[in-house]
Amino acid sequence: MKSSSLHFKTYLLILLMVIFGPLGNVLLGKGMKRIGAASLGTPAEVLDVLSRVLTSGTIWLGIGSLITFFVAYTLVLSWADYSYVQPASAVAYGMVALLAHFMLREVVTPMRWLGVLIICLGVLVVGQTPPRTTESS
Amino acid sequence: MREVIFYLLIIGAGTGGELCISRAMKVVGEVKDFRPTALIGVFGRALRVPWMWVGVSMMGTAFFALLAVLSMENVSLVVPVTALSYAGGALGGKFFLGEQVTRRRWAGVLLVCVGVALVIVGRR
Repeated sequence: MKSSSLHFKTYLLILLMVIFGPLGNVLLGKGMKRIGAASLGTPAEVLDVLSRVLTSGTIWLGIGSLITFFVAYTLVLSWADYSYVQPASAVAYGMVALLAHFMLREVVTPMRWLGVLIICLGVLVVGQTPPRTTESS
Repeated sequence: MREVIFYLLIIGAGTGGELCISRAMKVVGEVKDFRPTALIGVFGRALRVPWMWVGVSMMGTAFFALLAVLSMENVSLVVPVTALSYAGGALGGKFFLGEQVTRRRWAGVLLVCVGVALVIVGRR
């Protein structure tokens, strides 16, 4: 496959990962905050938490987003290196901070924003390396 | 302490699971046809690779640990902390999958880790 085509489909699927991964995590966070701190001391408590998790619409939306993320992730791993895809998807950390700030009203400190910026810088460095270093089987 | 155990599960089982799935998908081969029927065939082939089942089980464990810790901490802290798996991921890519992790890629991973450390330090 041509290098430009390989890059295009790699970037497209990473874009899907970057959108749906953070969205899924933020929706899970929202759902779990509603349920409250999980008390997992006894089997009955575990079952109680599990039943509240499985009846939360927000959590199911989060699971749907994460499944979309997972499908894109699995497909891209069929040709691209894991050590390329994993850091490249770190742009998602910026997305998580933004979504947590705007959707969940979480306070994101300047230091945390700086951390997110450096994560994204690391992603750019990784993005300049070739997607595949092993021969496809 | 309980949070630390959940974080370790997220990072350990999550990274291990991703490595296993990556290995399984390398066995399946590059996906070139994105039509729904072809994609179903791809996932059918993937499910016949044992590494896929090991990977999905480990990622399931990591998922429930993530749910537990999200009930206690803010998502803007929890998710970046899980990026500590990047160092393990690069090592796993090199030694488990035989990928060539270049110096530039290592530098990128290092930057990601520094960023994650700042996110943790930036906790209010």
